[in-house]
Amino acid sequence: MSEVNVLVQKDSAQEELKSSRRRDFIEHAFHALFLLSAFIGVASVITIGFFLVKESLSAPLYTGADLARYLVEEEGQSIFGYGWLPDGVVGTIQMLTNSTWAPPAMYGLAPMIAGSLAATGLAVLMGVPVGVLTAIFLAEIAPQRVVNVMRPAIELLAGIPSVVYGFFGLVVIVPLIETVFDVPSGASILAGSVVLSIMILPTVIAVSETSLRAVPPQYREGSLALGASKIYTIFNVLIPAARSGILTGVILGMARAVGETMAIIMVMGNTPAMPQGVLDSAITLTANIALEMSYATGVHASALYASGVVLLVFVMLLNGSLMYLNREKAK
Amino acid sequence: MFTPDNKDKILTGMIWSAAVLTMGFLIWILFYIVSNGIAYVDWSFITDDYTRTGDEEGIWPMIMATLYMVLLSISIAAPIGIMTAIYLTEYAKPGSKLVKLIRFCTEALAGIPSIVYGLFGMTFFVVALGLGFSILSGALTLAILILPVIIRTTEEAIISVPLSYREASYGLGASRLYTIWRVILPAAMPGIVTSLILSIGRIVGESAPVFLTAGMVARIPDSVFDSGRTLTVHLYMLTTELYTQHDWNMAFATATVLVLLVLAINLITKFITNKFSKATY
Repeated sequence: MSEVNVLVQKDSAQEELKSSRRRDFIEHAFHALFLLSAFIGVASVITIGFFLVKESLSAPLYTGADLARYLVEEEGQSIFGYGWLPDGVVGTIQMLTNSTWAPPAMYGLAPMIAGSLAATGLAVLMGVPVGVLTAIFLAEIAPQRVVNVMRPAIELLAGIPSVVYGFFGLVVIVPLIETVFDVPSGASILAGSVVLSIMILPTVIAVSETSLRAVPPQYREGSLALGASKIYTIFNVLIPAARSGILTGVILGMARAVGETMAIIMVMGNTPAMPQGVLDSAITLTANIALEMSYATGVHASALYASGVVLLVFVMLLNGSLMYLNREKAK
Repeated sequence: MFTPDNKDKILTGMIWSAAVLTMGFLIWILFYIVSNGIAYVDWSFITDDYTRTGDEEGIWPMIMATLYMVLLSISIAAPIGIMTAIYLTEYAKPGSKLVKLIRFCTEALAGIPSIVYGLFGMTFFVVALGLGFSILSGALTLAILILPVIIRTTEEAIISVPLSYREASYGLGASRLYTIWRVILPAAMPGIVTSLILSIGRIVGESAPVFLTAGMVARIPDSVFDSGRTLTVHLYMLTTELYTQHDWNMAFATATVLVLLVLAINLITKFITNKFSKATY
């Protein structure tokens, strides 16, 4: 009798062990699966970086070799004129400074870099004051009921597709510039930056408002108690206190502007030449990629990858400054 | 002139006008597009085919392509994103090197301009993997693009599930996996759904990476290996050939459909967040 009992106990213990082993296995399997998914993001970044760099190499190498050959054969210079630098370095410098984009002969990126920087810079100049002031309105002045309407509206502004912004720019802003400035074509840097300045508003407003609301209430109370007016408090106490948050919003807005593609294509005219003024047509790094990538091959395609790398460098610089900003704050 | 009192008034005026300007732009854009386009959005515009000859100028193929793109991208990105978020919140040691690496890469993905995704998708999915210009190439590209959004919002949703839920579940003897599956995920579901709808909005609105990977053939895709033209790409294509008043009308109508779609997605998101933020834990 007791023997049977022991046997039964042994059996059920083994059963339990088996099932707990099975459970352990499932637990471990899922742990591994979750870890694997987490690595897909890492793998994507590595693959994107690898392909971008690999594909962009041949353009500067070609340009550098071409320039060296030209100097030696046509100008009669010794190979040591430029030749002491590797072709890739010479080519990179040449591509960044040359203002002629004429595939398959010349791959100067300077006009696109100028176009991207000009459009982004102007958009920030126009959009940031409006955005920050709107954020102040939402955080400090507007009654709750107005905030409840405005905040979803601004979120909607963030959700409108960029082609719709581009279309609006095409039918409204471009003709408006033609009339106001009396120019034959309104498709210009100015049109692009007006559209971009509207597009960066939601980013600037959301981040600035959050940082304004995060200022400790004692600051506001202290200032008001000293007899300062509400406006004086906002501009002399709250904005300085929320400075790094507002700057974060500005930088994120710049990143959005510099990466924007379709809206810009539709309103900036896309002339691959060095722009001479804000009413000039221009092309950006992004627009050039989107317009020419579908038919580019060989060195031409590689030059477009190189413009992608330049774009990434801009974004990395912006993110780097963001990290620097937040490090200061952490101290 | 610049007495403190005056200065206050001027600054207040500037703040108000900035707010009016922001709202003015939104209302202007929405009103201008919808008022010019709504008259041409009718049943046949939505359900008709699209032919180059101009016999039929509907947007049905584009709606289908957009729908396929949304479904496929979400079904690729959602499991990966949610599982990553689970790993980061429930399994990983906070602050470990591994977590830092994963977070760094997620942020890097969020920062990459969408045109660069297009460039990458074209080289990797279209050419290197031989998928061609297809819905699948486009969806894979967009899946990477929306991954950071899904990871971040899902993480926030999981973190906001009270610790006591986990403790109670473990206290009752439930395993970690069981707790995640039966306790944490259901509690975090509204947040996860919101993040998916946000991603849908992003997919619908994206254009540059889409036409570089999925092409622009205006036909209902037969399979995921077929090229397709989404609504945004269609609007862009229409704006490159605006010759007659009729072309303009069609472009306005397409833009109206897009705006209304985005409006609907926003309203659904709002509805879900409002409904569930009232629920008390």
